[in-house]
Amino acid sequence: MIPYIPHSQAEISAMLDRIGAASVDDLFVDIPEELRFSRPIDLPGSMAESDVMNLLAAMANENRTKTLFAGGGQYDHVIPSVVSHLTGRAEFVTAYTPYQPEISQGILQALFEFQSAIAEITGLPVSNASLYDGATAAAEACAMVLNAKRKSRIVLTAGTLHPHTKSVLGTYFADLDVELVELPETSGRVELSTLTSALESAGEELAGVLVQTPNIYGALEDLTGWSDAVHAANGRFIVSAHPLSLGALASPAEWGADIAVGDTQPLGLPPYFGGPSAGYIACGKDLMRRMPGRIVGESVDADGKSAFVLTHQAREQHIKRERATSNICSNQSLAAIANVVYLSALGPTGFAQVSEQNISAAAELRRRLIDEIGLTDYVPGPVFNEFTLRISADRKKWDDTFADCGIVPGVWLSDLDESIPADLFSVAVTEKRTATELDAYIACAREALS
Amino acid sequence: MTIDPETRTLFESSRPGAPGFRFPEADRPAEPESNPIPDTLRRRYPAALPEHGEIETVRHFTNLSRRNYGVDLGFYPLGSCTMKYNPKVNEDAASLQGFTALHPMQSDEDSAGILRLTGELLEGLCEMTGMDGGTLQPMAGAHGEFVGMKLFRAAFRARNQMNRTRLLVPDSSHGTNPASAHLAGFDVVTLTSGADGLLDPDALDPYLDENLAGIMLTNPSTLGLFETRIKEVADKVHDAGGLLYYDGANLNAVMGRVRPGDMGFDVMHINLHKTFSTPHGGGGPGAGPVLVKSELLPYLPVPVLVKKKDGKWMRDWNRSQSIGKASAWFGNTGVLVRAFTYMKAMGGDGLKKASDMAVLNANYLLSCLKEIYTAPYPGPCKHEFVLSAKSLKDHTGVAAMDIAKGLIEYGIHPPTVYFPLIVPECLMIEPTETETKESLDRFVQVMKELRELADHDPEALHHLPRNTVVGRVDEVRAARHPVLSHMMIDDRPD
Amino acid sequence: MNVEEGLKYTESHEWIRVEGDTALIGITDYAQESLGDIVFVEVPEVGTIVAKGDEAVNIESVKVAEAVYAPVTGTVKDVNEDLEDAPETINKDAYGTFIYSITMADPSELNSYMDADAYKAFVDAQD
Repeated sequence: MIPYIPHSQAEISAMLDRIGAASVDDLFVDIPEELRFSRPIDLPGSMAESDVMNLLAAMANENRTKTLFAGGGQYDHVIPSVVSHLTGRAEFVTAYTPYQPEISQGILQALFEFQSAIAEITGLPVSNASLYDGATAAAEACAMVLNAKRKSRIVLTAGTLHPHTKSVLGTYFADLDVELVELPETSGRVELSTLTSALESAGEELAGVLVQTPNIYGALEDLTGWSDAVHAANGRFIVSAHPLSLGALASPAEWGADIAVGDTQPLGLPPYFGGPSAGYIACGKDLMRRMPGRIVGESVDADGKSAFVLTHQAREQHIKRERATSNICSNQSLAAIANVVYLSALGPTGFAQVSEQNISAAAELRRRLIDEIGLTDYVPGPVFNEFTLRISADRKKWDDTFADCGIVPGVWLSDLDESIPADLFSVAVTEKRTATELDAYIACAREALS
Repeated sequence: MTIDPETRTLFESSRPGAPGFRFPEADRPAEPESNPIPDTLRRRYPAALPEHGEIETVRHFTNLSRRNYGVDLGFYPLGSCTMKYNPKVNEDAASLQGFTALHPMQSDEDSAGILRLTGELLEGLCEMTGMDGGTLQPMAGAHGEFVGMKLFRAAFRARNQMNRTRLLVPDSSHGTNPASAHLAGFDVVTLTSGADGLLDPDALDPYLDENLAGIMLTNPSTLGLFETRIKEVADKVHDAGGLLYYDGANLNAVMGRVRPGDMGFDVMHINLHKTFSTPHGGGGPGAGPVLVKSELLPYLPVPVLVKKKDGKWMRDWNRSQSIGKASAWFGNTGVLVRAFTYMKAMGGDGLKKASDMAVLNANYLLSCLKEIYTAPYPGPCKHEFVLSAKSLKDHTGVAAMDIAKGLIEYGIHPPTVYFPLIVPECLMIEPTETETKESLDRFVQVMKELRELADHDPEALHHLPRNTVVGRVDEVRAARHPVLSHMMIDDRPD
Repeated sequence: MNVEEGLKYTESHEWIRVEGDTALIGITDYAQESLGDIVFVEVPEVGTIVAKGDEAVNIESVKVAEAVYAPVTGTVKDVNEDLEDAPETINKDAYGTFIYSITMADPSELNSYMDADAYKAFVDAQD
């Protein structure tokens, strides 16, 4: 008996009768005999719900969850309880894409509010209803700038981008006539002089420039002069910004960016082994028609009442077919709704406050690791909530000691990208980490290096 | 424009001074003495997020949800979307802390449970589809297609056959198919379906040369018809050196009856949010795992899930021929947990029964409705079928759109309309297996009443729905005068 | 469905008004009707060199996006800037609203196109 399949035997008979078929098998006679799957599917049989939960709980228990000081693109933040309850509303969860606006105003409005929140924190007015994740958002932004300038084919990308973003960019553009040129770092940041000479080399084929701040080392890139230089070279400026950092740090608009992208995981979503989250993308009005994916717009109904609707759909692949500039058909709707619930719960004060708390928490542990334990910074200078140290001690001892302490102390950056030196270790400290947890970290570090 | 205070946006209802969220006390100095952030890097203008207390946030979103329709409320017969019931035990499993609190950079030992879950999910999907391996990274069907197309390219690169640039798609295909192919650098050729709605293998003949990349198909097609000559198509493509891609959107029709791998497909994706009951969430997150035959295994995105001799699973990053990463981490893990839970609850027997009942439900509806509306392909069908309102429009002026809006008035979500493009005034109906006979009978009754209304008072249908929170929305205004965020409200035309 | 005399017509439903060596180009009444309400028109930059058959213009309506192809080879001379704010003018007056003009490199390319009667017959055969 399968609880999700509601038919009684009598109903099945009545339906077959109406159809004029003798059995359900008769409905599949159009499958050529040589192709038919004639044995049962080789999977264990169906299970009762409580047995399923026991199995899943056992699997969950096979994982070891620990105190997280690991970042590398996925962070452990305080999540207000309202987020899961509101995103758990059945009308949000079990709805499809809001193609019939009359009965989808809830989701349409929530996504409009998400777009508005992203516009506020980035400073750029046009945002969409989310993309798959930050890495694909960066790729889509590059596609936008390439398509916006005829005969352009070069995108300059900061060497300090997250390696996953680099990998996704590579995969996206491998088969197209596009050249990605990396801007090398100088001691963990990209210098303006590096940019200006690369802009000169790129010449007329330049489409744009992509930089991430905080970067893979956690360091804040100083983007003073960047947008002027990029615009003078007839290119467009894309900034990938950690959304939670925008409570305290300069917004992409303030840096003169044309497009802002990033990953929304820190805005009310758990680490969840890397997914799902959402990618955000925002731009100025001049690039509005190039914005990929789903976009919610405000309009009116026949009575003049304010109403929301999916708009610019001619942009979506399902209308332009072969000529689409992107094949994005969906968004991460429920994740985006979690994000806007989170930002609504925090408000501007909470948003600024959590941003500052991240800064001070990371600064605290960083100072202690340097002063009390004697470790060294790879990139001195300002960071948000993540910083990179040099750890030349035995890696296995470091990892094992912390494993025994029940702490994930950070991320070996070479695990993300083999070309990064093996002694670089990135540590993330969020507002969720308590003083006791920081003390435990220090004690464990001392032991690991003894 | 009138703005109802009940339905104001968060921004419009912002209340200055409202308390936000209370964070725990940080027992450390607020401003770090070491390495303070210089003003040049700080925000000059604060983000003007709206201010609300907790109860206001809760009421706002709760009320929003009440202005939205979902499968939990009623029938949702969207063709090719497979809006089946989303089991609640999936949600319980997905919220276990052992899953949610795991960081993706934790070791394989720390992640043993989730690696085993996703490994076994992949194995189960391969068994059901007749494929040899795959990746769970793609986050949606279109994403899966894109990865699939990249795998095609990788295979041709390895064979030194980069001249294979021509990809065939039927005219009934979903719009993402040619778009994904195009993005991967292929040239797309559209094949015209026969009068019976099926793909004629002879239509491939002009393209069976050394430039053929292959063909992208779904089976059954978007018309709900099984492509009976699929083996001929597969043989022709393979003999010419091409590959076949299967769009898994319609897999719910054939589980346990026929497998894409056995039909001759080399690469495919599954929409877990369709066939495997994970919720649509208003448009996402979903998951579009890609499965492949052995020729393409070397090119899969990294990391690849591998089962070790001791029975535990690991992430293998050591794949020199991999196409790289398709997305940042390992896929939408929360969605994968739900799909696994469903697979376990259903078992092999349940999955077959699901397809059986999905096809039964669709044929039942088709038999009832073809007497009332025009059915271009009168049956039998698989899990979905199409009706055409063209003749209705010609005689009464009532179009597919009006029928859709009429259904809304009766509290039923409309089917897919105006797709596939080859059927004029198309309604594509997919009931799924989780719908009761009673629900289907009600749908037929409503469709009958709408037909009668079309015959006697067509004008009435043009103004429906009337009993929803908003009526038909002016899409032209939305496109001509875009207001896409609160920051753009000055662009309102009035 | 209107057809205006004195214009040349293409099979992809563009009209051409010839003024000396300049070809002014728009879309026909049939085209605007099948597109529906036009919401956006993307025009090429003045000075762009186009070859006959190149995709020159992109027109978006609520339901579809269509390309408008350059019917002749040449250089883009002028674009209708009013279309940025009022794209719907094309719906209201298809023949009175030019989209862009080309200084022709080879006016003989016009010979292959239809006159008003031939176009009318062509459209009637389509339906």
